[in-house]
Amino acid sequence: MTLHLKVWRQKDANSPGRLESITAEDITGDMSFLEMMDLVNERLVQDGKEPVEFDSDCREGICGTCGLTINGQAHGPERGTAVCQLHMRSFSNGDTIVIEPFRARAFPVVKDLVVDRAAFDRIIQSGGYTSVTTGPHADANTHLVPKPDADRSFFAATCIGCGACVAACPNASASLFTSAKLTQYAMLPQGQAEREIRTIRMINQMDEEGFGNCSNIGECSAVCPKNIELENISRMRREYLRAIFKMGGQAEHTD
Amino acid sequence: MKTLDSKIPEGPLHEKWDNRKAEYNLVAPNNKKKHNIIVVGTGLAGAASAASLAELGYNVKAFCISDSPRRAHSIAAQGGINATKNYPNDGDSIWRLFYDTIKGGDYRSREANTYRLAQLSSNIIDQAVAQGVPFAREYGGELATRSFGGAQVSRTFYARGQTGQQLLLGAYGALMRQVDEGKCEMFTHREMLDLVVVDGRARGIITRNLWTGEIERHSGDAVVLCTGGYGRVYFLSTNAFNSNGTAAWRCHRRGAFMANPCYVQIHPTCIPSSGHYQSKRTLMSESLRNDGRVWVPKNKADVDKPPHQIPEKDRDYYLERKYPAFGNLVPRDVASRNAKYMVDAGLGVGPQHNAVYLDFSHAIKEQGRDAIKEKYGNLFHMYHKITDENPYEQPMRIFPAVHYVMGGLWVDYNLMSNLPGLFVAGEANFSDHGANRLGASALMQGLADGYFIVSRAVSNYLAENRFEITDVSTDQGEFKEAEKEVRTGIDKLLELNEKAKAKPADQQRTVMDIYRDLGEIMWDKVGIARTGEGLKKALEEIPKLREEFWSGVIIPGDDDTFNKYLEVAGRVADFLELGELMARDALERDESAGCHFREEHQTEKGEALRDDEAYAYVAAWEYQGMNEAEKLHKEPLEFEFVKLKQRSYE
Repeated sequence: MTLHLKVWRQKDANSPGRLESITAEDITGDMSFLEMMDLVNERLVQDGKEPVEFDSDCREGICGTCGLTINGQAHGPERGTAVCQLHMRSFSNGDTIVIEPFRARAFPVVKDLVVDRAAFDRIIQSGGYTSVTTGPHADANTHLVPKPDADRSFFAATCIGCGACVAACPNASASLFTSAKLTQYAMLPQGQAEREIRTIRMINQMDEEGFGNCSNIGECSAVCPKNIELENISRMRREYLRAIFKMGGQAEHTD
Repeated sequence: MKTLDSKIPEGPLHEKWDNRKAEYNLVAPNNKKKHNIIVVGTGLAGAASAASLAELGYNVKAFCISDSPRRAHSIAAQGGINATKNYPNDGDSIWRLFYDTIKGGDYRSREANTYRLAQLSSNIIDQAVAQGVPFAREYGGELATRSFGGAQVSRTFYARGQTGQQLLLGAYGALMRQVDEGKCEMFTHREMLDLVVVDGRARGIITRNLWTGEIERHSGDAVVLCTGGYGRVYFLSTNAFNSNGTAAWRCHRRGAFMANPCYVQIHPTCIPSSGHYQSKRTLMSESLRNDGRVWVPKNKADVDKPPHQIPEKDRDYYLERKYPAFGNLVPRDVASRNAKYMVDAGLGVGPQHNAVYLDFSHAIKEQGRDAIKEKYGNLFHMYHKITDENPYEQPMRIFPAVHYVMGGLWVDYNLMSNLPGLFVAGEANFSDHGANRLGASALMQGLADGYFIVSRAVSNYLAENRFEITDVSTDQGEFKEAEKEVRTGIDKLLELNEKAKAKPADQQRTVMDIYRDLGEIMWDKVGIARTGEGLKKALEEIPKLREEFWSGVIIPGDDDTFNKYLEVAGRVADFLELGELMARDALERDESAGCHFREEHQTEKGEALRDDEAYAYVAAWEYQGMNEAEKLHKEPLEFEFVKLKQRSYE
């Protein structure tokens, strides 16, 4: 196949960017999208040009490092698929493909298609854990967890933190990401002690980072490579109300 | 002369770790905040180490190569984590896990380290559950377990196919909590490029900010290296693209010994390479061999025919033919080796003739499509997606791929390398798996090292040497010198581009070209099966390739910005040295042990034939300079508690 790529090139967050046309030749359907990019880069390098920088690591759809906006869709046209698992057989000879970075104010561009998603780490830092130290803990079977709860917790926990939900949302909201983490702990006995504080702190942090609000569009869940469900966001809202009633909106326990 | 003291504690096996813990010196709480500890890598071992040390009160600086510690390659581990809980009441015990692991490693690991791993396994599950790791549960609410290869009990805990991801997120959460509390400073997108040694002790590191190119100096009272394995020396492996051996190799160049580098595990059921552009290999669960039958055509003329056009009589179910007792369920190394023999004999199938069939048609006929879908549906889906072939309709194509390295930096029982103050944990060290790693034990080792061993051993080191660990400043000579060397190294790489441009057009090659060539040499000659002859050839070819690399390769761009090709160039330069050491170690070890299979040494049944008289030792190599042969030190392995036997799963 021959494909006409329009690739976003941008030196850094403070420089203006532009779409550059690159022709990708001899592409086969068995290549993953990122292998196609590798090949394009290899040819650019051989021609003495600078390759297109993009993020990737495990290439198995689990690490959450990769993420491109392809023809306006985060991770491309296939549902439930990270871009590293998208194969070129999804495209046809002669297609024009527009490739852009994830766009959100909270994700500044590092270079070309690479963005900085450290805001997600800061949301987790504000409470996306249980405060236990390393050491002897009660035997693991001391806490019984009903299987449906354990499964719901697990499904929420499958979020890989790629940021596609933010890129797809017209408001650049991080609600799907944050609500998935909150759900994981809200479903487990281990998460109860800090349930309200966690909710308030993580939601506050989300706002501070410059992510927008959720307006129930659902695009986040539609592009999510792990099919994280929208119901997590509804749960987050209920959790927030609960926290407001119990804590008065304070992120700290007061005596 | 540097000596190898493994520092194994006194006493019976089950008391050794307790004895050691009792002997360890402690650091008083008010003194802990005076110590800075550097942790490099934030996978299972690194995140767990950094979090545990920060919780104790040390100031921790943690470094990772990715944009977030949550992305370390530990996430990719699927199957599960072993622990001796004996919840299913099927007779598991610490001894059994220890014995399975040491036998699985073909008696080439230390008894004391392996026993401690088994002892700690149960605590890891308690720790992870307390952190809210969503393990699979039974309807009654208790934790579920499943069985894995090399064991007769059900001791593997799991979170569907994402056990590594969930355990890592648990450790990452613990680490993020310490960052929030100000006890740990996190440095993401940083690559460690050198170790700083002051007065014979590891006292700091030099890093490069991969986004800005800035070179940075960091000092500490101890350095904990948790940077994973070097499987990407083969170019194609199941490892993530950014996994590499550079940090460990740079420590090696500063004097840390590299142990058993030739022990590399090759996994038999991976999707074969589909072309020259291939960037990595994808692993399919080994469980598929429970119902799939492996075959190739008997006649070379049939290899291009669609499989359904090849009648039964023209198919060679070679594993069932050669190993009637085990058939398709022979151990990983045997299955891998035999697939290679078939492909080498010209019987490989698929467009690249680089695979064997794994056929489910008999199982589908016997058990029905629904039953097979129930067992393997997600794997079939993944296979279909990658290859565009429907495994319900036609056999899968599989071929082995490099998966995990058992070799790594040499450490003593306290996980300290021969360089005082340099600790090495997880896959980056050599210690617990011997010549072969059993399934579901990598996660166990990373977390045992990180949560329970490193913090104690580092505390002891700081307490024991408190008068020798004097203050250091990043302005002092050793730091400046190391930074200068790093900068010179990067300049040297950038000059290669100019040298390449001066070459005739047909000789201009990119870093990736050279990298692929190295991978091919390693795979062909230091891969599934090795021969003395092949290894000698590799030892001629690798230095030649290294020479070609240093005579000029295309590396675009500058060093003051994000530049992936420059990063990779540095890693390939190191792999070109490490690859040679792997070949040398494999040649020196003139026996077969676990995954190191020298074709000259096999039993009548084709099993690895050890030579315990001559090779029951850890090979620890000392760096002597580029293009110089490394010096071999031997740590004899003493087996006090287990009897060495021919490994057999009959």
